[in-house]
Amino acid sequence: MKKNFGLAVIVFAIFTLSCTNENKENNSSASNSNNETAVTTGGQENVKDDVSQKDVVKVAAGSKDHTTLVAAIKQAELISSLSNAGPFTVFAPTNAAFDKLPAGTVDKLMKNENKADLQDILQYHVTTSSLKAEYFTDGMNVGMVNGGNVTVSVKDGKIMLNGTATIVASIPASNGTVHVIDGVLLPPATK
Amino acid sequence: MKHPLKTSLFMLSFAFAGLLLMQSCKPKGTSSAAGGDASKAYVAPGKYDEFYNFVSGGFSGQMPVYGIPSGRLLRVIPVFSVDPEKGWGYSEETKPMLNTSNGFVPWDDLHHIALSVTNSEHDGRWVFGNANNTPRIARIDLKTFRTAEIIEIPNSAGNHSSPFITENSEYVVAGTRFSIPLGDKVDVPIDTYKDNFKGTVSFIGVDKTTGEMNIAFQILTPGVNFDLARAGKGKSAGWFFFSCYNSEKANTLLEVNASQKDKDFIMAVNWKKAEEYAKAGKGVKKQVKYAHNKYDESTHSATSTIENEVLVLDPKDCPDMIYFMPCPKSPHGCDTDPTGEYIVGSGKLAATIPVFSFTKIQNAIASKTFDGEYDGIPVLKYDAVLHGEVAKPGLGPLHTEFDANGNAYTSMFVSSEIVKWNVKSLKVLDRVPTYYSVGHLSVPGGPTKKPHGKYVIAYNKITKDRFLPTGPELSQSAQMYDISGDKMKLVLDFPTIGEPHYAEAIPAELVMKNSVKIFKIEENKNPYVAMGEGKTKVERKGNEVHVYMTAIRSHLTPDNIEGVKLGDVVYFHVTNLEQDWDVPHGFAVKGANNGELLVMPGETQTLMWKPDRVGIFPFYCTDFCSALHQEMQGYIRISPAGSNVPLLFHTGKTKPSVSTPDTKDSGKTK
Repeated sequence: MKKNFGLAVIVFAIFTLSCTNENKENNSSASNSNNETAVTTGGQENVKDDVSQKDVVKVAAGSKDHTTLVAAIKQAELISSLSNAGPFTVFAPTNAAFDKLPAGTVDKLMKNENKADLQDILQYHVTTSSLKAEYFTDGMNVGMVNGGNVTVSVKDGKIMLNGTATIVASIPASNGTVHVIDGVLLPPATK
Repeated sequence: MKHPLKTSLFMLSFAFAGLLLMQSCKPKGTSSAAGGDASKAYVAPGKYDEFYNFVSGGFSGQMPVYGIPSGRLLRVIPVFSVDPEKGWGYSEETKPMLNTSNGFVPWDDLHHIALSVTNSEHDGRWVFGNANNTPRIARIDLKTFRTAEIIEIPNSAGNHSSPFITENSEYVVAGTRFSIPLGDKVDVPIDTYKDNFKGTVSFIGVDKTTGEMNIAFQILTPGVNFDLARAGKGKSAGWFFFSCYNSEKANTLLEVNASQKDKDFIMAVNWKKAEEYAKAGKGVKKQVKYAHNKYDESTHSATSTIENEVLVLDPKDCPDMIYFMPCPKSPHGCDTDPTGEYIVGSGKLAATIPVFSFTKIQNAIASKTFDGEYDGIPVLKYDAVLHGEVAKPGLGPLHTEFDANGNAYTSMFVSSEIVKWNVKSLKVLDRVPTYYSVGHLSVPGGPTKKPHGKYVIAYNKITKDRFLPTGPELSQSAQMYDISGDKMKLVLDFPTIGEPHYAEAIPAELVMKNSVKIFKIEENKNPYVAMGEGKTKVERKGNEVHVYMTAIRSHLTPDNIEGVKLGDVVYFHVTNLEQDWDVPHGFAVKGANNGELLVMPGETQTLMWKPDRVGIFPFYCTDFCSALHQEMQGYIRISPAGSNVPLLFHTGKTKPSVSTPDTKDSGKTK
């Protein structure tokens, strides 16, 4: 018993030593050997899939008119959520819409210390249900992901949100619908 | 005994603690008994297994797929039994797949696997499975992991010796387990077995491009029981070897009466010659009845056709086509090694494992070294065709697989072990216990020309205390052993479904690259497709009501339906409009007593419902699809027979509208 115990200690020691060595090797030899155990970060946006219809994020990312929005979604860490099964309706302000905001607004929102504000604004552009343009009716309230409401008006086939932004195009996506709008929706101050 | 065991356990736990401390550390090799072997089965979260393992689901009638080395169950492919999880055999579109000459058979018994091969190596296109009871062969398309075709085998009774495959997938075979009277005179006393009962082995042609099967020819044989089979490879590729037992031709108490002779047979078939005879018109066309079912991925529907003719070759008219080789006692497995030179017979009651030499078989045939005849068929002299015998291999040898180093692995049912031996030297090299009573076994690529080795997986018949108890029935255990070294090492236990018989494992990259993600909606040719919500409608044709419904996150269209009456038969044709990988929708309506649906992206499936009472019946999506899955629901109103409630349907704010039957294209194709 004692002899065996001693053996076990030696085995353990050798094991520990060789492990330490191996770890050092691993650290020095790039990240190759770590791939196997590395925790994958992010969500369904990483799924390799060239066959399925594009999701709302990929639709926005594929539009040259939405580079500001896509950058903001990234900064707000909403890519994984919006790549989920949804369904989502995304009101997607164009670059021009963002440009209409007071100078410096976007830059300020893109700062790390203002991430919560950016998230609030972006979540005010998303609702969890896939609303096609024909579903909107005059006076309808849409509950947004940030907890606020957007009021819809429909006049002469023109769909306006909060009286400030107009839907200029609607694009179906795999996990919802993207409505391109010409203004940024600002959430009412919450108290 | 206790003392050393405790000590080693103590050491084991100590070493294991060390492993835990050094989490990121992976020991090289397998020197550590505790961690080394277990780590072989570890597949990190998000990582893939190295092999797909297609396993027979035994009496479940299905074909489960596991990842190796993890043993994770990846999918159960429905084949010969209805499967409520997938709607198989419940939707109107899939019902014809289970049609036979006996009508709809909801449950069969799937025993053996054959992956398609090119040049005797796996090509990852199809996997075949046999129905043991109602004789059939199924072909599963590995692009979709769905059963694409099922063909029934006439003149067969118990399709056990099946569906083994030739070197370029020219044929899969179907040897009958039971011999029976064939032809017109079938109402005979059972004890006239010796005079009236015959066997057959069928060669089912496989189309090179489409995989479509047809029965090319059957060979009429003496009335023995066919058990298992293997095609030759390389030099022996033109031959097929079938093990058979009951050469005594017993018709009762086979447990005793089929073990009277010291040797039964392996039947060697020169299938290239048989093919020539068939082409030369040497066969006779026999009137039979069998179902041939195909699933069309563009209509998402199956058709079942009853065929009436089969070509039968009688060895009397076809000399030099088949030979019998004596094989001790009641051979079960019959396996050819990767070179094609050696054929291993495993007599389950034999004390040795005979290994036959293809070269010697050819010499014996050429020199007519016969040991008489069996029902007019030449019997080759045992000693003339024998390469040698594995002495004292274990008890109850059943099946043999091979590695790339000239070694064989034979399962021993009675002594519950796997025995490793060298094919050339016939020396036993190693043995490991299995838990318990191993049946088939599988080495990745084991039946091919180029085995991948690495593991051998035992599929055991008895589980008992191996898992947590679950009442009288336990799932059968599989055990995976590392065979990369000289000694086999147990790595993993995992549960299986049904009772696994044969299995094959194939490198994942041969299959995964072809996997279909969605069905393209614009290519959906189902006659009842609704190609978008604007195309949804409800049509009445007499007492049939056809609902052309769509499903997309997160609503069904239409979701309010009225004007259906007692006595109507309602067909819900549900099209999944999603074009997104892994987003199926389900469908169930309250009171439907024949099933539900599961509909893949871009597909249309149909549930038939005969309402039996008046009222409002909810329906909903049964597959959690989205955040608003629980909102994905609707109602159908059933009114009394003769009521004048108008037919109407809508979703959301859509204005109610009434459809009038369109006489132009009204459902003629179904």
